[in-house]
Amino acid sequence: MSERAELLRMSGVCKTYGVGTPVATEVLHSVDLAIGQGEFVALIGPSGSGKSTLLNIIGLLEPMSSGEYLLQGRSVANLSDTELTRCRGDTLGFVFQFHHLLPAFSALENVLMPAMIRTGRFSDADRQHGLSLLDRVGLKAAADKKPGELSGGMQQRVAIARALARSSPLVLADEPTGNLDTHSADEVFALMRQFNRDAGTTFLIVTHDPRLAQRCDRIVELVDGRVRLASDVHDMADVAA
Amino acid sequence: MGFALTIAIRFLREGRFQSLLIIVGVGAGVAVVTYISALIDGLQGNTIRRTLGTQAHIVVKPFEEKSVSSLVARSGELVARDIQPRAQRPRSIDNWRSLATEIAATPGIVAVTPIASGAGLAIRGEASRSVAMIGIELDSYDRIVSLREKIIEGVARVAPGEAMIGLQLAEDLGVSIGERIVLRTGGEAADTFTVSAIFDLGNRDLNRRNVYITLKSAQSLFNIPGGATNIYATVTDLFSADHTAALLRQRTGADIESWMESNAQLLAALDAQTISTRLIRGFTTLVVMLGIASVLVVSVVQKRKEIGILRAMGATRAQMTRVFLMQGGIVGLVGSVLGAVLAKLLLWAFSMFVLGSDGKPLFMTELPLDLVLTVTLVATMCGVLAAAAPARSAAKLDPAQAIRI
Repeated sequence: MSERAELLRMSGVCKTYGVGTPVATEVLHSVDLAIGQGEFVALIGPSGSGKSTLLNIIGLLEPMSSGEYLLQGRSVANLSDTELTRCRGDTLGFVFQFHHLLPAFSALENVLMPAMIRTGRFSDADRQHGLSLLDRVGLKAAADKKPGELSGGMQQRVAIARALARSSPLVLADEPTGNLDTHSADEVFALMRQFNRDAGTTFLIVTHDPRLAQRCDRIVELVDGRVRLASDVHDMADVAA
Repeated sequence: MGFALTIAIRFLREGRFQSLLIIVGVGAGVAVVTYISALIDGLQGNTIRRTLGTQAHIVVKPFEEKSVSSLVARSGELVARDIQPRAQRPRSIDNWRSLATEIAATPGIVAVTPIASGAGLAIRGEASRSVAMIGIELDSYDRIVSLREKIIEGVARVAPGEAMIGLQLAEDLGVSIGERIVLRTGGEAADTFTVSAIFDLGNRDLNRRNVYITLKSAQSLFNIPGGATNIYATVTDLFSADHTAALLRQRTGADIESWMESNAQLLAALDAQTISTRLIRGFTTLVVMLGIASVLVVSVVQKRKEIGILRAMGATRAQMTRVFLMQGGIVGLVGSVLGAVLAKLLLWAFSMFVLGSDGKPLFMTELPLDLVLTVTLVATMCGVLAAAAPARSAAKLDPAQAIRI
């Protein structure tokens, strides 16, 4: 991965909840992490190890307490809320465990939502782009269906199409297959892999599933708020076992 | 704006029953405000119109004759005296012609007419009724009281030797058009008049009491040759009458009274009505705003996850604020359209089912377009205002937390 351009770099990132109160808890202890462009990384670790917190910080959804975080070479520490929001919209795509589609909008409109937030309308060009994305996740026929009419696996595929709608360089997925049966999980995983390969989109996937983790380029394991080891998956067959 | 509007509409549509309830609630509130405003405006306009139908806006009266004591107490003396007020006989206003000319030239005055009036009896055969004989110049008088449109029989005309009498007096005396009556003053002056017209002023007492004759006939009956007991005037702006009267009083020194002074009690009642109406409107608006706010507060809680997702996908705090302000505005706007329709129905029902003693509607009340537009604008703004607090809490929502739940 040394030849890859760096997409994000974190050094000494700490996160403490309840600062200044008697119950202050440090969730992340000096996390160092670098992810190159086009990587397909699994983030694993036991419950409470700080995976979601780390993902939220990488996703600019919550601020870190201390440390340095460069996203595409830009330090995010001193950005205003509006700048962080813009940066999030332009750079990041999200896939959540429970899909989190907007129930009032059709599958296609959900895919178009990131663009609509920016432009204020569902344009024809965006619509074509959204349809082609839905086509690639195999759901063109379901474009006008509401999320409630789709199965869990289908919803997650819509969520992936949405995460890729603005061609974001980095997609953060929090347990994207955690809620799916094995078959659907494989399908969803394969889709992400395919976008990674075809479009060069970088993926960071939080997962509990060792089977899926092993199929990633690299595994980052978080234990008690520290990165235990980051290595190429081929060197560490034992990690997932 | 497109983003906020699209999301706001979808959020409202998604919360079907909830949205419907609050829109109906706003509609009911707007209907009450619109209906009561239109009704009270109509009612007051009608009351004033009826009151002023037979009154001048401004009346000039002759000075009262006062008894003055000729006994003056010297120092150290006590004087016992009993001064009786003098009986007031019909008298002419001094220099009424020049006074009338001056009043007519005053800005805001529309019409001026002289009157010579006094009390007397209308007699036909055995029947006699006490009446007010009013000597007028029909053309100028008509501009003030519009007598012509109240004639129900005969020809609106007062020539010498002719009189116009009211419906009830005609019945009491048993006379019809072309027949004769005798009018006699307290001073035994009397003359015979032919009934030229019968009028209905919309008030039985006035129909029984008022007898219109020419100014000249009245002058000779009351023995005030060339005189006028009153000058009547109308103004352009009804509610500036007291101001104009005060101005004239100051300038001419004459005894001048406006309708607002002679109907002070009526005006006080109308004022009280206006204040009650404002209170009702104010409280209704407050209740409606609280309703909108509470529904949106609940909506923010219900939509936590959606708000979090939108924020994660790049929607700024300002955009989320606008989504909820927009919802308040839409509820206000749609509610007020519904309210306008309801108000129209209520007014229609009022004019259909609330009838006067004559079986006709008490009065027709229109729903003025500018009232509807004003209420709509105010309701929409109140909706936006009511949404301020919920919108703030939506904007403050932490996306990371909102998504986790």
